[in-house]
Amino acid sequence: MSVAFTLNGAPVAPDIEDDAPLLAALRGPLGLSGPRFGCGAEQCGACVVLLDGAPVFACNLPVSAAAGKRVETVEGLGTPDAPHPLQRAFLDLQAGQCGYCLSGILMASAALLRRVPRPTEAQVREALEPHLCRCGAHNRILRAVLRAAEDMAPA
Amino acid sequence: MNLAFKGPMDDGKPKLPGSLHVNRRLDTWLAFHAEGLVTIRPGKVELGQGILTALAQIGADELDVALARIRIQPAATPDSPDEAVTSGSLSVQESGMALRHACADARRIFLSVVAQRTGVPAEEIAVRDGDFLAPDGRVLGSYWAMADDALLAEEASPEAKPKPPTERRIAGGSAPRLDLPDKVFGAPRYIHDLRLPGMLHARIVRPPSRGAVLREVREGALPGGTTVLRDGSFLAVVAAQEHHAEAAAERVARRATWEERDTLPDEGALEAWLRSAPRESSVVTERQAEAPAPAHRVSAAFFRPFLAHGSIGPSCAVARWDGATMEVWSHSQGIYNLRTDLAKALRLPPDSILVRHVEGAGCYGHNGADDVALDAALVARAHPGQPVRVLWSRADELGWSPFSPAMLVEVEVEADAQGTLTAWKQEVVSNGHSGRPGRGKEPTLLSASMIADRFPVPLSINPPLAGGGGAQRNAVPPYRVPALHVGLHRVMDMPIRSSALRGLGALVNVWAIESVMDELAALAGEDPLAHRLRHLDDARSRDVLDRAARMAGWASRPKQEGSGYGLAVSRYKGTGAWCAAVAEIEAAERIFCRQLWLACDVGEAINPDGIANQMEGGAIQATSMCLLESVRHDTRAVTSDAWERYPILRFSEVPQVQVEIIDRPEAPPLGAGEASLGPTIAAIANAIADALGVRLRHWPFTPDNIAKAA
Repeated sequence: MSVAFTLNGAPVAPDIEDDAPLLAALRGPLGLSGPRFGCGAEQCGACVVLLDGAPVFACNLPVSAAAGKRVETVEGLGTPDAPHPLQRAFLDLQAGQCGYCLSGILMASAALLRRVPRPTEAQVREALEPHLCRCGAHNRILRAVLRAAEDMAPA
Repeated sequence: MNLAFKGPMDDGKPKLPGSLHVNRRLDTWLAFHAEGLVTIRPGKVELGQGILTALAQIGADELDVALARIRIQPAATPDSPDEAVTSGSLSVQESGMALRHACADARRIFLSVVAQRTGVPAEEIAVRDGDFLAPDGRVLGSYWAMADDALLAEEASPEAKPKPPTERRIAGGSAPRLDLPDKVFGAPRYIHDLRLPGMLHARIVRPPSRGAVLREVREGALPGGTTVLRDGSFLAVVAAQEHHAEAAAERVARRATWEERDTLPDEGALEAWLRSAPRESSVVTERQAEAPAPAHRVSAAFFRPFLAHGSIGPSCAVARWDGATMEVWSHSQGIYNLRTDLAKALRLPPDSILVRHVEGAGCYGHNGADDVALDAALVARAHPGQPVRVLWSRADELGWSPFSPAMLVEVEVEADAQGTLTAWKQEVVSNGHSGRPGRGKEPTLLSASMIADRFPVPLSINPPLAGGGGAQRNAVPPYRVPALHVGLHRVMDMPIRSSALRGLGALVNVWAIESVMDELAALAGEDPLAHRLRHLDDARSRDVLDRAARMAGWASRPKQEGSGYGLAVSRYKGTGAWCAAVAEIEAAERIFCRQLWLACDVGEAINPDGIANQMEGGAIQATSMCLLESVRHDTRAVTSDAWERYPILRFSEVPQVQVEIIDRPEAPPLGAGEASLGPTIAAIANAIADALGVRLRHWPFTPDNIAKAA
C-alpha cells in the first residue's frame, strides 16, 4: 500500500513502506537529491522539507504522515531558468560554501517568507536556529534571505 | 602538508612551479576541444572551499578564454596529476601555480605553431576568447581548430611566462562559485547523490567502544532481505534499499555481543595524561642569548581537549569490485594516498584500484572520508559486480572520525622593565596531527584495525616545520625575542585516533602566544596593539594588525561592564597567509562573541569574495570551536556522538564578521582556508580577559572553565 501525496505540485505514491522515513521515500523511489541526510535525529536541519507549507524534519517523519498532504522540496522551489528569489539571492550573494545545509535552509526560509514577508534579521535567525552550518556561511545566508524578502516585496 | 611534506625537490630537473614539477606533461593538466571548450584537470579537489572556481579563473586568464569555456575534470586515479592531498591551504600555491604555468605554456606553444604557419610573429598575435588574431584583426586560428593537433603531448617548459599582474582579467575578480548553482537547486552533485544501477546500500555496525572485540551476532529477522557481513570485528549490513540497511543496522547492533575494555584516559584527567604519557621529544627551534634578569615573567599552560570535524554530511563512499578491479568513488582529500592505503588494507596491488573523487559535504581536514572508502570496498568485495554505497551514521561521524588531538602548550616568557621580550620558551605536547593515509607502512584506515586479518593502528605523526608542522604549527612566536626555545613532545600512546583538522596545532599555539603577549603588555602597562607592533619585524604582520585595529576602532573601543575587546595576529604556518582579528565579546550567562573584524593578506587575491568567504567561515568555525566544542568520552567510548552532545554554534549566536583583504597583486598567492582560525580564537580569549579579568587556560571557554581560571 503506497501513501499518496503531492510532491512539488505533482501527485505521487512512492513504492515504500508506510513507516519508512519521508526522507527515504524522497531520496529513494522518488529520486530526489535536494533533501539530505545529516543526522537522522532532527538536530541539524539538512533534511528539512515543507509539509503543507510548514518545515518538517523528513529524516524521522514516517511517509504515512504525508498522506494527502503537500510536500515541497528545494527541487520545487525554482530552477536555474526560473529561480526562486531565495535561490537567486543565495547565488547573488554566494551564500554557501559546501552547500550541504542549503536545501533545508532554503525550505525553512521559504516557509518564513510566506508567513512573514519582511522579517527582521532576528526573525530569520530564529527560523534558521534548527539548521546547522559547519562552514560558517551563516551571515551570508542571513543577508541572502533578507535580500530575497526585499526582492519579493510588492513595489 | 602536500608537496611541502615531501621536502624540497632535488631531482636535477629544471624547476617548475607547484605540482607541475612532479607532473610535468601539459596534457596531464589540460585539453582543448573542437567545440570550444577547455578541460582542466587539477589533482586538488573541491572540499566546499571553492578551489575549483579559483583554479578555473587562473586557467581561463592565462589562456585568454572566457571562464564559461572551462570544464573542470574531477580528480581520478590514475590519470589526474598526483597532487597528494588537498590540505594545508596549499592548493593555490601548488595546483594554481602549476595550472598558471601550464596554461601559459600551452598558449605559447599554440601561438608559436600559428606563427610558423602564418608568418605572423608570435608576439604580435593576440588571443581573444580562444581565437588567435593578427594585428589587422584577421583570425589566424584558434585553440578549438587546433584541438586535435596533440600540441600538449610534451613536458612543460620552464621558459613559459605567465602574464604580468596588470594584464590579468579573470584571476583577481570575484567569479561566482561554479559548484553553487547545483547546490541551491538540489541537483545531484554530492557523493551522497551518486546512484549506480543495481547499487546496494550498506551501514556499518560499529563497536560500542574503542578496542571492543566482536564475539557473537545473534541471528534474527531483518527487513527487506538485508544480509549481514562480518569480518573480524568489522560488521556491516547490506540491503537493496537504504532505509532497510538503516533499520537493520539498529537491530544487528542490539544482537551483537562485544568484549569491551577500558582504553581511554579519564576525560577529567586528560591534561594530566598529556603530561604523563610516553613521549618523543625534539627541539623545533632554539636560539641562545644573554638574558638579563627579567623584570616581568609570564608562565602559563594552555590545554585543549580533542575536537571533532563535524561535517554536516556524514562520510560516504561507493565501491564496485568486479573480481579484478576495485573502483571507488570517494570524497577523500587525497585520491592517490587513499589508493595506496586501500591497496595495503585490501592486500591488492595499487594498480587494481581506481579512486574517483566526488564532492562531499564540507571537509575541514582528515575526517572519515578515507575510512568509509575502505568500508565500502570491504563490502563490495563480498558482493562482486554490484556497486555498494556506504553512508556513515551521525554517530559514526562524530564518534569514529579521526579527531584533532588534545594539546597542552606550556609557555614561559621573560621581559625587561619596559615589557620588551628577552626570552621565550614554548613546549608543545600532543599526539601527532597527521594520520593521513598513504604515507606509512601500515594503512591508517579505520576498519583496517577491525577486520580479522587486522593491522595495527599506526601512531600519527607531526610533519616537519618546513612542511607546515603538525602540533608545532605556529609554535614559533612571530615576535622579536633574543632567547628562544620551542620544544615538541609527541605523545606515543594514541588511545583516540588523531589527525589533521583545519589549522592543526596553530589553533592552540596562536591562542597561547597571543594570550601571553596580552598578559605581558598588561604587566608593562602597554596597549596590546602597541606592544605587538613594536615586537613585529614583519611589515605584513604589522599591516594586517593595524588594519584590523582600525576596522574595529580599537583606539576608541568602549569599556563597558560585561563586554570586552581582544586582538590577535598570526601568519599561518609562518609561511602562509597573514590574518589579524579583533573580537568583541559579551560575558553573560556564558560567553557570546558579538563581532569580529578580520584583516588578511594572501598576496595576490585570485578570488576576493572566495577569500572573504573562507576567512569569515574559518572565523565562525573557530568561534564555535573555542566557545563550545570538546569531544566527550568515558574510559571506553566517545560519548559526544550526536549533535546534542557535541553542540556547535547555531544561527542565533553567530557573530557579525567584517573582512578586509590587503591585496598585493605582485606577491605570490597564498591559501586562505585556515589563516583566520588561530587569530580569532586568541582574540576571543583576550576579549574575555578584557571583560572579566580572567586568563583562560582551558578550552572550551565555558563558564566552568572560566570559573577554573578565576
